[in-house]
Amino acid sequence: MSELIIKNGYVFDPVQGIKGDKKDICIKDGKIVDKVGSSAKVIDAKDKTVMAGAVEIHAHVAGPKVNLGRIYRPEDKLFSCTPTKGMERMGGGASIPTTFKTGYEYAKMGFAVAMEAAMPPLFSRHVHEEIRDTPIIDEGAFPVFGNNWFVLEYLKNQEIENTAAYCAWLLKVTKGYAIKVVNPGGTEAWGWGLNCLTVNDPVPYFDITPAEIVKGLIEANEYLGLPHSMHIHPNNLGNPGCYETTLDTMKIAQGIKPKNKFGREQVLHLTHTQFHSYGGTNWGDFESKAKEITDFVNKNKNITIDTGNVTLDETTTMTADGPFEHHLTGLNHLKWANCDVELETAAGVVPYIYSPSISVCAIQWAIGLEIALMMKDPMRCYITTDHPNAGPFTRYPRVYKWLMSEKARKAQIDSFKHKDKVLSQTVIGTLDREISLYELAQMTRAGPAKSLGLAAMCGGLKPGMDADVAIYNINPDKPVANPDDIEKAFSRCAAFIKSGVQVVSNGEIVNNGNKRTLWVNVKAKENPQVMRDINEKFVKYYSMTQANYEALGHHFVPNPYAIEVDATN
Amino acid sequence: METVTITMKNAPALYLEADTISPDAFAGKSATQIAELPVFEGNSPSTLGKYFEISGSAGATAADTKIVVRGDVKKVKYIGFKMTAGEVVIEGSTDQYVGAWMKGGKLTAKGDVGAFAATAMKGGELIIEGNAGNYLGAAYRGDWRGMSGGKILVKGNAGSDIGMYMLGGEIVVNGNTDVHVMTHAEGGKTIIKGNAASKIGGQMVEGTIFVFGSIDVMMPGFKPDGEVELEVDGTKAKFARFIGDMGERHKKKKGIIVYGNLYKKI
Amino acid sequence: MTKTITDVICPFCGTLCDDVEVVVSDDGKKLLEVANACVIGTEKFLHSQSADRVTKPRLRQEDGSWKTISYDEAADYTAKLLAKAKKPLMYGWSSTNCEAQSVGNEIAEVAKACCDNTAAVCHGTTLIAVQDIGLPTCTLGEVKNRADRVIFWGCNPAHAHPRHMSRYSIFPRGFFTGKGQMSRKLVVVDPRCTDTAKMADIHLQIEQGRDYELLNALRVALKGEWLPDTVAGIPAEKIREAADILKSGRFGIIFFGMGVTQSLSKNHNIDEAIALTKDLNEYTKYSIMPMRGHYNVTGSGEVFAWQFGFPYSVDLTRGFARYNPGDSSSIDLLCRGEVDAVFTIGSDPGAHFPISAVKAIAKVDSVCIDPHITPTSGVSKLHVPVAFNGVETGGNCYRMDNVPIDCRKVVDPPEGMMTDLDFLTMVCNRLKKLKGVA
Repeated sequence: MSELIIKNGYVFDPVQGIKGDKKDICIKDGKIVDKVGSSAKVIDAKDKTVMAGAVEIHAHVAGPKVNLGRIYRPEDKLFSCTPTKGMERMGGGASIPTTFKTGYEYAKMGFAVAMEAAMPPLFSRHVHEEIRDTPIIDEGAFPVFGNNWFVLEYLKNQEIENTAAYCAWLLKVTKGYAIKVVNPGGTEAWGWGLNCLTVNDPVPYFDITPAEIVKGLIEANEYLGLPHSMHIHPNNLGNPGCYETTLDTMKIAQGIKPKNKFGREQVLHLTHTQFHSYGGTNWGDFESKAKEITDFVNKNKNITIDTGNVTLDETTTMTADGPFEHHLTGLNHLKWANCDVELETAAGVVPYIYSPSISVCAIQWAIGLEIALMMKDPMRCYITTDHPNAGPFTRYPRVYKWLMSEKARKAQIDSFKHKDKVLSQTVIGTLDREISLYELAQMTRAGPAKSLGLAAMCGGLKPGMDADVAIYNINPDKPVANPDDIEKAFSRCAAFIKSGVQVVSNGEIVNNGNKRTLWVNVKAKENPQVMRDINEKFVKYYSMTQANYEALGHHFVPNPYAIEVDATN
Repeated sequence: METVTITMKNAPALYLEADTISPDAFAGKSATQIAELPVFEGNSPSTLGKYFEISGSAGATAADTKIVVRGDVKKVKYIGFKMTAGEVVIEGSTDQYVGAWMKGGKLTAKGDVGAFAATAMKGGELIIEGNAGNYLGAAYRGDWRGMSGGKILVKGNAGSDIGMYMLGGEIVVNGNTDVHVMTHAEGGKTIIKGNAASKIGGQMVEGTIFVFGSIDVMMPGFKPDGEVELEVDGTKAKFARFIGDMGERHKKKKGIIVYGNLYKKI
Repeated sequence: MTKTITDVICPFCGTLCDDVEVVVSDDGKKLLEVANACVIGTEKFLHSQSADRVTKPRLRQEDGSWKTISYDEAADYTAKLLAKAKKPLMYGWSSTNCEAQSVGNEIAEVAKACCDNTAAVCHGTTLIAVQDIGLPTCTLGEVKNRADRVIFWGCNPAHAHPRHMSRYSIFPRGFFTGKGQMSRKLVVVDPRCTDTAKMADIHLQIEQGRDYELLNALRVALKGEWLPDTVAGIPAEKIREAADILKSGRFGIIFFGMGVTQSLSKNHNIDEAIALTKDLNEYTKYSIMPMRGHYNVTGSGEVFAWQFGFPYSVDLTRGFARYNPGDSSSIDLLCRGEVDAVFTIGSDPGAHFPISAVKAIAKVDSVCIDPHITPTSGVSKLHVPVAFNGVETGGNCYRMDNVPIDCRKVVDPPEGMMTDLDFLTMVCNRLKKLKGVA
């Protein structure tokens, strides 16, 4: 394969502690190498910033609820579709982009990897079809476990080994990446129209609490030694006062040590933290508890988080927290889609407009930024929008602008209709921190890669790692004249190399790449009991045969990349 | 006001998508420049001048521009698309999307118009001297924000699904309408001087409908609420009043529940 | 000697039964027996064995006769037809797999065509309603395990989805429904006294064309508001009684079909049914599900949606996707004389479209991809037979509840016969060359 050399750029690589030095990056056969020959193709990165490809730790980009969102929102595509252009296929969707657009937009922003945040196992074939049709970026998907009947029954009996065996089997059969938990117990309760709003509310019939589910799945995750930790969307999302449930959830992780061979140091990843950091008792006295949440995470180093920043756009919410979506449609009366999935989970979809003239939305915007600015360790706090829930991922550069420029934040605050309320209900007005380029690299590359257990492979520019390199039109040596330049620079990279092949040049797609599907292949101890239980549930309760559930042929995952885990002890 | 006259000279074999026939697209251009404006026949790009004879020149702005459309334009779509000001007169019948997404100005169709006229209209005036097709003044598919302003007058009959998801503005139909009037509406007013068919005001949250003629079948969600003397569009008469749709949600304004209103002339 | 293939997916209707067993000859060339499928599914498998199948492409001649040509020539003809056309319509897609649908999409994008599937005459109106109001739904296993109120509105599963009631909706003993049909109350709304209606605990024999009104009345009844004496031919007391029965369940499901999607009001019927479902969720748990017809029309909708953003009636003529049934939908395009070439696959518009639309197909240059001789192939200029999907080739399909199941190949197609995936791939490559595209 060809050799490339990126010359003269200012490199930001937290993996090697490079903080803006002018350094050449050498690429050969899809990997970063120490040096290349004189015939290597030169990409000049003079006056530009060079980072590893970014790593998206949580977005809803592939699968049944994403597609239900596309199907039911033709207006999301009105007047905003992009035509076929050379090798770039046509695209559309402002908040829920089509799969081609998803791959291209991430690549144009210099993203190398994206994790689909929630895969309902029964629909794994659908998730993988969409992943396959998303060009360029490597992807993985997290199957959901927190409302799964097998998990509820095993954990009720405190059978960690059986839980672990089931998790290993499900990851294999769905080619999944990690143990994802959404509204533990509450989404099974939603099968009857009910919910679990605290960690101690028992699940109807199964009679287990969310706390027990969370604890059990953390233990199963460490038992197996998976690359990523249990990844959780806690109960009570989005309600005033929910921060207490979030603290209760995180407390479960206290004292548990990570066990794995991937350099992962956390046992719990708290996702879209903004939605879980609310105080107050109603929408009138609604306030930020970002300080309480970040104080806890700052002290408890076995936790990583991602932000879930609100971008102040019209967008579409979609989550496996089915009851939350029903609650949301009750508030805004916009069209509500829902799908309960037998034995496993549910999903809901509702459009939402984060209007800057509504005080609650403005406070939500502030909370997301407060979290990023008050987290002390950028290696444990990652920037997301829970795409598309708090905003489309195409707005990441705007979020970077707000984090890197106090001036930009102040301008936004000044423009709010209810500026005074935003300042009184949050501490955003007191925060003058500006995230640096190095910290940005930690929060968007090295940090998420490490949390995912992929630190050896991506998120950095150390020789031996994958050659995913993004070059941005931002000169660290020149002070930023206009904060909008930050947004512009990160929206369209000057060049992006994925697995050693240049795929983006001057913001345009020049190659469709050869994306991989990352999944975790666990070699686990034989467990005839669990196999019998699986067999029985397929015969009696599923609407599909076990053989057809397990069928995930090559045409679904044409370029798999398995992360091997040996859990046989 | 400057006038541009375009006359169909070369009828399309298929249909012509001419969303550039609007005062906004013509403004500031000469006849030669207007002839270069893009149009599409299926996937085949072309120019306005290949299909129309163009004479006159446009005003400096949309507001100063009047367009007269002559000849057989029954297979031309999108005339008046997204116009914000100025005037358009179509001297015959035309096809779909007349005045779709218009925000201002005045558009007159002297014949019939096809479906989707005045989709999501925000302002301005649309006069249809013949009949209107289905989905007059309706929202785009999936959008809960339909027509929000402006006035539509249909001198003939209208089709089905008029004023769907309406938020504001006014539609007057001198003739009859087909099924489904102001379905899902949250505001706005529709006056039907002829006969309405059925499914009037289904799922209506707010808004007002007047029917002068007959209604074949009433929606069960509309509850009789007495009679009232009103003057509606120049006609003084007694109307039976109905409130609804009682199956739908309703908002409270100043502590009072606000319903949709249906008035049927007695 | 024979072998039995298990876990076979039946490629006929949206029920997508996956417990079928097929007995084939040891060499995999003959299909001998089918077990567990309904009569329709069994015939789907067995009729592939007909001795009189068309096995080679055939081109209509000037004198009306057919001339056999090669797949190569057929691919050339098809590519040229699509390259030349200003507004070709690529219709059908419902009886083929997602892999073929995906290549079809690529062809449509290069050709700048309109593409559409059988939802256009079926549940397209459901999709319009879903776009206007949403969709509270579930998978069929949820019905099996939880449902104690089942409503069939405007559909007749006893005939159209024969194993639906035994696999999912009425008879199964699920996790919370151990008493099977005794756990469930069945309500049927149908103007006719169908075989399904005969099984109902309550049959509302509704006046035709007034489903929208009756659904509205049920919503009004739930809110305890005033009702006229009769709605849709049903007395108000009966409506209130029905509302109470619906409300008193702990998990209800409304299944619906052509009786409401293609009768007066169309999408509005579904819209109000979805609104009723949403209202019922204020009291208990309810879902609603369309009884999809073709076994992979749902899949076509899914693939169109994730690649282009819309589930059917997609207009790609401008190089980007647009959608508006009434403008971009197949029957309107045909009847209004908007298209100059027609490509059909995995469907039979000749049998199902209004005659004026079929005449429009006959007027233009056309290709029909179908293993059968159909009214569509009858009016087309080129007929290309392909292997039966789900019988002679596998591939992913989506059930009526959007669950994806990978169909299996159980028997070889006749010698020399291509799969539609392979034929479409040939067409795609040739079309790209003609258009000068990479």
